[in-house]
Amino acid sequence: MKKLDRNQMAARVARDIPDGAYVNLGIGLPTLVADHLPKDREIVLHSENGVLGIGPRPAKGMEDEDLINAGKEPVTLLKGGSFFHHADSFGMIRGRHLDYCVLGAFQVSVAGDIANWHTGAPDAIPAVGGAMDLAVGAKNVLVMMEHLTKEGKSKIVERCSYPLTGARCVNRIYTDLAVIDVKADGLHVVDLAEGLSLAELERLTGVPLKGLEFAA
Amino acid sequence: MIDKFIASAAAALADVADGATVMIGGFGNAGMPAELIDALIAQGAKNLTVVNNNAGNADAGLAALIGAKRVRKIICSFPRQTDSWHFDKAYRAGELELELVPQGTLAERIRAAGAGIGAFYTPTAFGTRLAEGKETRCIGERDYVLEYPIHADYALIKADRADRWGNLTYRMTARNFGPIMAAAAKCTVVQVRETVQLGELDPESVVTPGIFVQRVVRIAPLRKAA
Repeated sequence: MKKLDRNQMAARVARDIPDGAYVNLGIGLPTLVADHLPKDREIVLHSENGVLGIGPRPAKGMEDEDLINAGKEPVTLLKGGSFFHHADSFGMIRGRHLDYCVLGAFQVSVAGDIANWHTGAPDAIPAVGGAMDLAVGAKNVLVMMEHLTKEGKSKIVERCSYPLTGARCVNRIYTDLAVIDVKADGLHVVDLAEGLSLAELERLTGVPLKGLEFAA
Repeated sequence: MIDKFIASAAAALADVADGATVMIGGFGNAGMPAELIDALIAQGAKNLTVVNNNAGNADAGLAALIGAKRVRKIICSFPRQTDSWHFDKAYRAGELELELVPQGTLAERIRAAGAGIGAFYTPTAFGTRLAEGKETRCIGERDYVLEYPIHADYALIKADRADRWGNLTYRMTARNFGPIMAAAAKCTVVQVRETVQLGELDPESVVTPGIFVQRVVRIAPLRKAA
């Protein structure tokens, strides 16, 4: 079986984002998606700290500390970009104006619950940021994560054991092993890593999966 | 005559009392009013409740205010960062209370305070630990959580340009919480890069109208070495 690496996962997510979409990419792994968006599509990237139309990373020495993304990394602004304050920025999110958000996660349940902000450990300092707003607000919530934990446990679960970020909100899960849609009647496999069978994926995941419906 | 210009950051913050609620603008370093925070540390007010998106980075600004043990409580969305050691230490030692608020709820609670809204229902955090104990309501097909405004005694923010009426423009993503915090506080203190004559700011480009601003201090930017 050939697992997808991080860049292949990012490219797979990018393939599904259509021309004209307004998109928020979460901190960490999802940020990689920006590097793989097809050049022939106009896709407007949003960041929570008040910017639409994020462009590529600035050249070394050209960073401006007033122009950053939600991960506090320096960015550039495309022609047509705009700035706005935090309440407007989250109005865009909560008000269902964003077409897609891509979030990292600790766990996703078969019902589409997502846990990505807190391990629940008693000594952990919690931090939530904009994740709960994105989870309830974006029209399509895409999750991008490794399929298994370092210990080999599935991150796709019957019920999340970590505290929830949002309930019943995930539409599609992208992992290094598969692409899976969350539907009312359960999880549907859309794509499988090369050399991986549905039965083997189901065994690794530990929850029922419905058969392949290959996307074009 | 209206003249909101104040000669120094120290003079602009001289009356901050112990126990005050202070909003501090900025997201990371963008829009962080570093010189105003330094002046607040020097001023000495303690038992402060601070409202900010984060809980300080490295050793400067809000982190230094926490390190100086001036903060009793912090209301924020994202305290834990790789360089939030002053917060981490104070929090683990039980010296500091944390109210963790989802970022959009934080922004809307601040906005609501400035707009005279008594409370609002938001879908964010419904069904999660951060909504535990809060009033909820199903409106239409969706579930919502009741949230209340956050008012403040002071807002410390950073803008780009100001005139003596307190009209403000901002620079790129340094805008972030500035406009909503300015409206939510009884006394808004702004540090700006440049002050200009009345009439020099294009009224179409004023982001925060002067009605929301009480005091303006010009802080000349550090010149970069050539």
